Amino acid sequence: MSIRIENVSKRFGRFVALDDVTVNVPQGELLALLGPSGSGKTTLLRVVAGLEVADAGRVHYEDEDVTTRSARERNVGFVFQHYALFRHMNVFENVAFGLRVRRRPADDINRRVRELLGLVRLDSLQRRYPSQLSGGQRQRVALARALAIEPKVLLLDEPFGALDAKVRQELRHWLRRLHDEIHTTTLFVTHDQEEAFEVADRVVVMQQGKVEQAGTPVEVFERPANAFVMDFLGNVNVFQGRVQNGRAQWGGLHFDLAGDGHHEGSQVAVYVRPHELEIERSANGVPSLRGRIERINSAGSVAKIQVSAAEFGVDLHVELSPERFTELDLRRGDTVYVSPRRARVFAPEYVI
Amino acid sequence: MSELKATSRDLSRHSAGRHDPPWVRFALIAITVAVIGVLVIVPVVAVFYQALAHGVGAYWRNLTADADTRHSVLLTLAVAPIAVAANLVFGVAAAWTIARFRFRGRTLLTVLVDLPFAVSPVVAGLSLVLIFGLQGYLGPWLRAHDLKVIFALPGLVLATTFVTLPFVARELIPVMEAIGADEELAAVSLGASGWQMFRRVTLANIRWGVLYGLILSSARATGEFGAVYVVSGHIAGRTDTMPLRVEKLFQEYNTPGSFALASVLTSIALVTLVLKVYLERKTRQELDEAVIS
Repeated sequence: MSIRIENVSKRFGRFVALDDVTVNVPQGELLALLGPSGSGKTTLLRVVAGLEVADAGRVHYEDEDVTTRSARERNVGFVFQHYALFRHMNVFENVAFGLRVRRRPADDINRRVRELLGLVRLDSLQRRYPSQLSGGQRQRVALARALAIEPKVLLLDEPFGALDAKVRQELRHWLRRLHDEIHTTTLFVTHDQEEAFEVADRVVVMQQGKVEQAGTPVEVFERPANAFVMDFLGNVNVFQGRVQNGRAQWGGLHFDLAGDGHHEGSQVAVYVRPHELEIERSANGVPSLRGRIERINSAGSVAKIQVSAAEFGVDLHVELSPERFTELDLRRGDTVYVSPRRARVFAPEYVI
Repeated sequence: MSELKATSRDLSRHSAGRHDPPWVRFALIAITVAVIGVLVIVPVVAVFYQALAHGVGAYWRNLTADADTRHSVLLTLAVAPIAVAANLVFGVAAAWTIARFRFRGRTLLTVLVDLPFAVSPVVAGLSLVLIFGLQGYLGPWLRAHDLKVIFALPGLVLATTFVTLPFVARELIPVMEAIGADEELAAVSLGASGWQMFRRVTLANIRWGVLYGLILSSARATGEFGAVYVVSGHIAGRTDTMPLRVEKLFQEYNTPGSFALASVLTSIALVTLVLKVYLERKTRQELDEAVIS
């Protein structure tokens, strides 16, 4: 079942939670709503579920306008951030709830609940109560409960937010595999870009109630639409440059301008990701910034190096592959030359 | 919650580790025991002692021989349940309103729910007379329709309901706020109707709190004197409830009869107390679970 969200707006008092949001989710897609807290992503999810009523705009499931339908009529599977399991019911009854209120025959209920508990690998815990389960187990019960009603769409609000890092990682992979099996159109809300990239087919980046960009993880990461998206999706080095001779200039470096609308002499912000900076021992002709190594953190899959370029008054964050790091044999206090392989230039309307 | 628990444990360890001089501890315990003994235990024991002073046979006769006394027991058994039922409906509705909705005047409403505890019952009774009495605002209308409120059962019920109004609501508001609305929303999203949600989720979560509120309000409803005194008109055999009857027997120098009936009231109170302790534990569990999950 595809979902079409058209020009949806929602206010809470003076606070604008959603500002003319339009999002399309094709049948079978796993879509992440990504944004900082207060960006409206949870509100959007609740509007889609019917748990919140939009002030303006429409929501369609396939060709059906469900804007005025109640949550009860929409037949969606909703997984709450804190699971919202029924505390006085055991695991089995939690999963069976949606079927019991639909007055399904007991045999059907038993079969369906068994099947789902198998799917989420909780067969052995069906007599337990929510308070006797770990966070990851609760999460899976919540998911099984939502799936029990054979929902047309599955909506997850920060599904892994309350779990510790290890369990989170496992559940992400599990959710992805599960989706590949059942193909229910799924929307999930997250503030963690890594999570969104790892799990989702497509990502919608939101800020202050607006959609900033929508696209595949590669699209939004490689071609961010604006400075906010660039900044939100990972670490960046930001330089304040100026347009000269049709190029952005900063500290003796030149950067190509993407698109028009940059006036000669105007201020621009130059964004470079840490892994897009190269470190050399000598200047060897390439335009570069001279700096001194302040900190090295080589634990992990990349070596993180902080270089202080005192002449330009900036600290640069550089990430090198372990091989390159070993090859250069860097030490704290060494003088090095840093040059960007790639940069993105944005008009500086966005202020962090 | 784990943090909270940890702190309270730390606190208790703290006070256990403090060394008050033995005489301080002894003095405090002695004062407490003396006060409770004089003000609580002795009077309660005295009630039963007086009631049974002439033997069980006399006690039973005192309770059952007098038609007016019998009627007062039955009247209380009629008034209290009606008031408690009204309380249940109002309490759950008020708690739901206050815990689930955000609206202008919510704080004021919360304060008003408590008002019957603050107002003297006699004043409450007087205000009912002012409204429903023959000379009151609604007096002419009531007379025209041949309805009697004051000096009749409806007045007794109104007065009793008024003084017991806050019990259920006060008990439920914190429980419902701690539990939150998520489970209810989950139930709706799973296809439950409003009633299914209320019965299977909300009520199941607050059941001990409801029961606790009901116990407290029935204790108060049974024992209410002041407000009922004003509206009843003490017509023996018609509008005298148990507490009113106790007072009247006492005024008529029928001490054995008075104490016999008083012992019944006291017994009800003691049963309530035991139930209260048990239910208090259950509601605390409800709250704890709400905070943990």
